Amino acid sequence: MTVPPARIRTLTIDGKDVGAREDETILDVARENGIWIPTLCQMTGLSNIGACRLCLVEVAGSTKLQPACVTRVEEGMQVTAHSDRLAEYRKMIVELLFAEGNHICSVCVTNGHCDLQWLAQRLEIDHIRFPYLYGKRSVDASHERFVLDHNRCVLCTRCVRVCDEVEGAHTWDIMGRGTNARVITDLAQPWGESTSCTSCGKCVSVCPTGALFEQGKAVTEMVKHRELLPMLLTMRGRQR
Amino acid sequence: MTPEELSELAVAERQRLDRLAHQINVCTATACHASGSEAIKTRLTAEVRERGISGQCLIRGVGCRGLCTNGPMVSVEPQGVLYQHVTADDAPALLDSLASEPVSHIQAPTDDPFYTRQHRIVLEHAGEIDPEQITEYIAVGGYQALAKALYEMSPADVVDELTTSGLRGRGGAGFPTGLKWRTVAKALSDRKFVICNGDEGDPGAFMDRSVLESDPHRVLEGMAIAAYAVGAHEGFLYVRAEYPLAIKRLTTAIRQARQRNLLGDAILGTPFTFHVEIRLGAGAFVCGEETALIASIEGERGSPRPRPPYPAEVGLWGRPTLINNVETLANIAPIIKNGGAWFAGIGTEKSKGTKVFALTGQVKNTGLIEVPMGISLREIVFDIGGGVPEGRSFKAVQTGGPSGGCIPDELLDSSVDYESLTRLGSIMGSGGMIVMDNTSSMVEVARYFMEFSMTESCGKCIPCRVGTAEMHGILTRFCEKRATERDLALLEQLCDLTRHASLCGLGQSAPNPILSTLRYFKQEYLAALESNQPEEVGAAAEEGRS
Ligand SMILES: Cc1cc2nc3c(=O)[nH]c(=O)nc-3n(C[C@H](O)[C@H](O)[C@H](O)COP(=O)(O)O)c2cc1C
Ligand code: SF4
Ligand code: SF4
Ligand code: SF4
Ligand code: FES
Ligand code: FES
Repeated sequence: MTVPPARIRTLTIDGKDVGAREDETILDVARENGIWIPTLCQMTGLSNIGACRLCLVEVAGSTKLQPACVTRVEEGMQVTAHSDRLAEYRKMIVELLFAEGNHICSVCVTNGHCDLQWLAQRLEIDHIRFPYLYGKRSVDASHERFVLDHNRCVLCTRCVRVCDEVEGAHTWDIMGRGTNARVITDLAQPWGESTSCTSCGKCVSVCPTGALFEQGKAVTEMVKHRELLPMLLTMRGRQR
Repeated sequence: MTPEELSELAVAERQRLDRLAHQINVCTATACHASGSEAIKTRLTAEVRERGISGQCLIRGVGCRGLCTNGPMVSVEPQGVLYQHVTADDAPALLDSLASEPVSHIQAPTDDPFYTRQHRIVLEHAGEIDPEQITEYIAVGGYQALAKALYEMSPADVVDELTTSGLRGRGGAGFPTGLKWRTVAKALSDRKFVICNGDEGDPGAFMDRSVLESDPHRVLEGMAIAAYAVGAHEGFLYVRAEYPLAIKRLTTAIRQARQRNLLGDAILGTPFTFHVEIRLGAGAFVCGEETALIASIEGERGSPRPRPPYPAEVGLWGRPTLINNVETLANIAPIIKNGGAWFAGIGTEKSKGTKVFALTGQVKNTGLIEVPMGISLREIVFDIGGGVPEGRSFKAVQTGGPSGGCIPDELLDSSVDYESLTRLGSIMGSGGMIVMDNTSSMVEVARYFMEFSMTESCGKCIPCRVGTAEMHGILTRFCEKRATERDLALLEQLCDLTRHASLCGLGQSAPNPILSTLRYFKQEYLAALESNQPEEVGAAAEEGRS
């Protein structure tokens, strides 16, 4: 089978001329060209859902902001990935996550390996301007190897997607609305009683925060192995 | 059934009705049903039988007449007498009066502006025909538009007619219907779908429910014409499960239309095939958003996904899909029958036709109304609505529900059309209209709608999920007089973020009630701040410092 050649598009990102295949997203092209755009829900190897809204960019000619992770490149597009306005929105989004959950980094096993913490540093967040919501959230330690701490979940659904799309178990789902939304295992049963979970640990390794972690690991040991996912998919010949 | 048979049936049915001396129409739509209209109908039917006048007097259940608060409503045709607040005990008197003067104590004043200022297109059959009998719909010309489209027009002609009409989506955003149809018609696929959006999640809105209950065939006919125009053969009616009567009548309507070969295979003797199914929604506001609605029909959690790609390109099961609102689809048959130019002659330059509103709140006549676009808000509130009752004064009218805003007294002369309402910081929305008097607190109103958006947010994206919760928290502080200047600034920042960074229309429009009350009633927010300067707190702070 011959693959039809993909067409090439040229566009600018932050004033820089870049070339792209027509099937690429703004985020793909930005990354190839060393232009950093913050992301949280996006994960190479998983489907893109455009949920966290950190990757929003401005596109000339449109007043709407576009999520770079799901927006395809177009010929002649002029993309602004960094502006004061975008920086402010990105900061606020991360601040809202800190205000929503109960993120006490000093007592978290993922301290130092956490995407949320890293984003906050990278976006130069030094205080949270919004009142904390102090939601009452629980911890599920019923699984023999892993723990789910809802206090630290940012609802990025990376666990949902990796378990469904890569492991094929579809143990995870989302239940509830608004700030009451929660990740659940099977039909909201304790994870330890899940009949679909294969204990593969993929969800733990893709989780950006300390919401999913391995039991019995100390802070410095609880490193997330995100690099495993692209490698695994390459080996399976399924790289997205 | 062929078009000739359809016409013959219509004539025969009309003759049958014309032979009757009286037709007594009892409203059996939800509101009147709830206030006991079935009992009235039963009693009338029994009385008529007893008096042996069944042959001359037909008792039938009909759809909503609009002034539901005055229900149960009963009308006598062809005499044109309307009764309100009817009870079963009124039945004998009502029948006695058929030969003489109407029963005065329950007679409704049909010369009231509530009736005379309306322009009924979508609701033209509501309260006139029995929604459970397809023959009644056929008698008033039903399915003639479908026959005309199938026999006299190409799909492209139908789309052109819609474009000429200038009809815009009645589900809220007001997207040009002709343009939407053209896009789906152009999409290349072996399979396409038409979806009727009957989710109607806005609090206080019941326009679509009423249309479905009063004239279900009208919507089915619109869907079939739409399917023909865009090249679809399957359709779904998405209706929330809280609408049992609408669902029951739709189910009956679909069955009857299939039996008469107006839906299904080889419709009206042509090769055109169109199958319709009902899908029940569990009643989540966000499921009205088209991509969430599609997910819901597919059996997934009802959460929106980023657009583009739009459903016209990638919709239900990845196929091109046309999604239209109930009221939009109810406008199709008359447009095809009377022509796009006829429709374009009603309304304003950019907003054509009529709009159905559910008028509620502090207004004398609450109920369902249909008015031409371009009418002023004042005419709706004061002429049709009868104004604010009992010595209170008008303060604002809220349009567009949780995605809309409040319009103050001084702007009441504004025209009701898409552009004008948007300029005022509100929206047309699906048609909820709430009148507020001088006792209402605008900060409370904003908080009420924010509570709705907060609890209905699907939780997928952060600006909406947490932004609405934070805005609700701040508004609560205002209502409880605990807010500070800083809260006001935070509120404005959150409005801006949620509006521009949220994934779907729910989050993007959630700040509207705040923005519009800040625009017209900022003094109420400021007053709440001022009253929050208790001496003791200041003094205590001073003490603490020393
Ligand atoms: C949060 C949200 C809720 C909505 N609810 C409804 C609804 O209940 N009914 C409806 O017809 N459209 C609703 N819409 C608009 C639909 O997504 C869509 O635009 C509409 O059904 C298209 O039909 P139209 O062009 O005929 O208006 C909603 C949109 C959003 C963002
Ligand atoms: S451990 Fe594997 S199978 Fe179990 S929930 Fe996580 S990803 Fe799914
Ligand atoms: S548990 Fe982790 S991966 Fe799953 S949604 Fe929460 S933060 Fe994301
Ligand atoms: S804006 Fe709100 S309702 Fe829409 S996707 Fe985001 S969280 Fe869900
Ligand atoms: S990374 Fe694009 S929206 Fe989350
Ligand atoms: S329900 Fe009877 S008049 Fe509206």
